[in-house]
Amino acid sequence: MRTHPLRRIVLSAAATVTGVVLLLSLKPHAQHQSVAQQNPNQGPSPTAAGSAPSASAGSTSGGVRTVDGDTIQTRFGPVQVRITLTGSKITAVTVLQVPDENGRDQEVAEFSVPQLTQEALDAQSAGIDTVSGATYTSEGYIRSLQSALDRSGG
Amino acid sequence: MGTVFSFDVRGDTGPRTRTALAAATAWLHHVDEEFSPYRTGSQVSRLARGELTPDECSAEVREVLRLCADAEWLSGGWFSARYAGGIDPTGLVKGWAVERAAAMLHSAGAPAVCVNGGGDVQLHGGPWRVGVADPLRPGAVVTVVEARHTLAVATSGPAERGCHILDPHTGAPPADALASVTVVARGLTDADAWATAACAMGADRARGWLEDLPGAEAFAVTSEGGTWQTSGFARTHSGANTARER
Repeated sequence: MRTHPLRRIVLSAAATVTGVVLLLSLKPHAQHQSVAQQNPNQGPSPTAAGSAPSASAGSTSGGVRTVDGDTIQTRFGPVQVRITLTGSKITAVTVLQVPDENGRDQEVAEFSVPQLTQEALDAQSAGIDTVSGATYTSEGYIRSLQSALDRSGG
Repeated sequence: MGTVFSFDVRGDTGPRTRTALAAATAWLHHVDEEFSPYRTGSQVSRLARGELTPDECSAEVREVLRLCADAEWLSGGWFSARYAGGIDPTGLVKGWAVERAAAMLHSAGAPAVCVNGGGDVQLHGGPWRVGVADPLRPGAVVTVVEARHTLAVATSGPAERGCHILDPHTGAPPADALASVTVVARGLTDADAWATAACAMGADRARGWLEDLPGAEAFAVTSEGGTWQTSGFARTHSGANTARER
């Protein structure tokens, strides 16, 4: 799988559930039909770039390990997440860095991060299998999460 | 801009399902290569630059262009793949691609399939419980859609990326913009396009249109935090979760 150019990541190793996360460059459905392409002030910058991995990546303690994702620069500021794995299963996603500016940026960050975290944890808490709506808003979150998953050897 | 796609398959993770999962994954990447406006060599990019005419595109691109025209007609022009003089069918592609990916898994024998593409969901079998994100309360769920058969749930709203869905007639956001609108239909191609159209319409027009639209039920959150739903929506959700405490 590591040599596969498409970077498939199996999130859950549970016997009857298979989770796969993909990162594609399709636009979110909302952007298309509008003239939003003429408005560069909406949404995260597509030019976000990863920085070097954190030194604490891959620490292990009794079958539970944490892996830090890259710090991703977005137009809202840096975003970085840490995943906690028990065996091969993700048990927590912690946001290490998130933009804390005022106004819209903060709103975007506050809005997207909890839902992304929830989604990454498979939304088990409320007996909900999945979430429809404004998830996955933060490109930086996704990229950082993806880099952590890649680094975890998933 | 990345979009995350997640697959949940219940009840059968045998070889056929795993083969189908690999095929569905490859399918999504194929769609990405063909339709991404961020890939200069994609058919959609070439179409946008005028290097290809619609007739010269692949059967898949032509199918999506046809579906876009259908959605535009059905929504009275409120869904449109045409903007600024060009053609951009990518608004419909994600729902279409997810619908087909889910069908690949289901037809391979997987009894319960849930594919979520960036918050738009195609289901087969079940039972499944789909939380609808509350656009006004971060992390909260405003209602839950339950499914035990083939069903799609698409949510569109300004909360996702700012008020991005513009009235294709005026190029401006609707005056009575909804915070979000969720459309439930059998297939995600339709549900996604219809949710987008409804969002562009604004609250008043959307409510009447969705009520009359065959094969669709809908749930909406207004910008003031109120909610409404079409008369048949109750059949798709669990009543306990729709109460909104405000």
